Amino acid sequence: MRVPVHDKKCGMLNFVAARCARGQNRHMIHYDKVTKIYNGGQHAVEDITLKVDAGEFVSIVGHSGAGKTTLLKMLFAEVMPTLGSVYFDSRSIGELSNSELLSVRRDIGTIFQDFRLLPTKTIYENIAFALEVAGKSDEDIKADVPHVLELVGLADKMWSFPRELSGGEQQRVAIARAIVNQPAVLIADEPTGNLDPINTHDVVEILKKINNLGTTVLLATHNRSIVDSVGKRVVTMDQGRLIRDDKMGKYVL
Amino acid sequence: MSLWINTKRVARYGLIGFIRNGFVSLAAVSIMTLTLSVLSGLMIFSAALDETLVQLTQKVDVNVYFKTDAADAQISDVKKMLEALPEVASVSFISRDDALAQFRERHKNDQLTIQALEELKDNPLGATLAVRAKNTSQYEAIAKFLDTQQSSRTSAGSAIDKVNFYQNKTAIDRLTNIIDTSKRLGTIVTVIMGLASVLIAFNTIRLAIYTSRDEIGVMNVVGAGRWYVRGPFMVAGVLYGVVSGLIVLLLLYPITLYVSAPLQRFLGTFNAFSYYASSFPQIFFVIMASGIALGALSSYLAVRRYLHN
Repeated sequence: MRVPVHDKKCGMLNFVAARCARGQNRHMIHYDKVTKIYNGGQHAVEDITLKVDAGEFVSIVGHSGAGKTTLLKMLFAEVMPTLGSVYFDSRSIGELSNSELLSVRRDIGTIFQDFRLLPTKTIYENIAFALEVAGKSDEDIKADVPHVLELVGLADKMWSFPRELSGGEQQRVAIARAIVNQPAVLIADEPTGNLDPINTHDVVEILKKINNLGTTVLLATHNRSIVDSVGKRVVTMDQGRLIRDDKMGKYVL
Repeated sequence: MSLWINTKRVARYGLIGFIRNGFVSLAAVSIMTLTLSVLSGLMIFSAALDETLVQLTQKVDVNVYFKTDAADAQISDVKKMLEALPEVASVSFISRDDALAQFRERHKNDQLTIQALEELKDNPLGATLAVRAKNTSQYEAIAKFLDTQQSSRTSAGSAIDKVNFYQNKTAIDRLTNIIDTSKRLGTIVTVIMGLASVLIAFNTIRLAIYTSRDEIGVMNVVGAGRWYVRGPFMVAGVLYGVVSGLIVLLLLYPITLYVSAPLQRFLGTFNAFSYYASSFPQIFFVIMASGIALGALSSYLAVRRYLHN
């Protein structure tokens, strides 16, 4: 398996990552005074500035409706900010052309609470789809899919359909799909919301492993035990505002 | 190369989707089969109407009766003048002897009339020109032309005894009306039925794709391009069209065979089965092309609703 490594030196440890990013004089993700107002006039996200360096593991915590999901969706342009801009690799997401946006999306892996697998495709096809979209050759796909499924421990379920898998297994497939293209960033939006404690633990361990291999991880959750067990940077949101940003944080609310 | 790979993948996923979503495909194919049946029915209907109308039109003509002493030169002058008119389709000449033979044939069971004919020394019947117009509405113009020839007493015109247009006028007018109305009605019925069935098929396919709207959203987020998302749905749409087209073409064989006899009793010479057999390439093309276009276009429009960027 060609592991998803982007910048090994920068990804190994937090303080190294921070120094690396300073050396490059830029941040991988930069929310610049971002506000999102939905049609109803409700402020989902208000004046948030947040910088994330390559290789970081950032937990975004807060109650339901605090704006975590909106914040994450703005990174892959499913939601556009009302004010301010979002930069990914120093490029403003709002100014990208259609094809540039697609390539950014392929560079961002996403995991959701409801898994979002393709129900009419087998596990193999679900993961192959992400590779096909990225224009990989059939040979590469044949080689990469079994490897990534092994990584999440589901090599034996390759030819099953998503409905035949448990919730925990489906989420692991979603993770496999998210990382198979070796994305620079992995976004996990409440990935454990539908899972029991054991599966939750597994998913978090996989996320930590992916982060250790160099991928930046943004994890949105309201699960206290997850955040405390990760023990890395914690960003706390409340009613659309960023109220805390701790380097080695705990869940405080 | 990448285009070829993408095309191959899109085609494969289209086929897989068609097979795996069996019930959705079945629903779409059945509705599309109905639509294409209506379409083929309309084709046969309009062919039947056309042929029947042509036959009715051919039953109508205007006869120019010449005096018994008309010279051959005068008659052929009139014939030439008529043939020169743009409205005239054909002019056929019936000589005095032919007219007499036809008369005898028609009245061979009527002893009294035949006896009366025998009493006469000479043939009482004049030569006749039967004029057929290209269009039933043009008989009036032809009759007027003959009138002026007759009244202006040219040498040819003076040989004309009478023109039977005015005896037939009401019948011809009514027929012209019927033909015009049925053509217009046929067009309206075809358009309305065609539109209705196209809309139903379109909505069925849209409903089929509605069940996949979440899937389309996921494909978007994973970073699939528009054509990569809509391609498989369009391939499935084309397959709906091809399968239902083949079903309709196959069903038409027994159906036309079965209805052609009762239909012929009603419409005269039109034979539905021989129309199906002789125009098969045309019917095949129209049905298949409509099915494929309808399937692909419906899928295209339906997916567009759920593609957000």
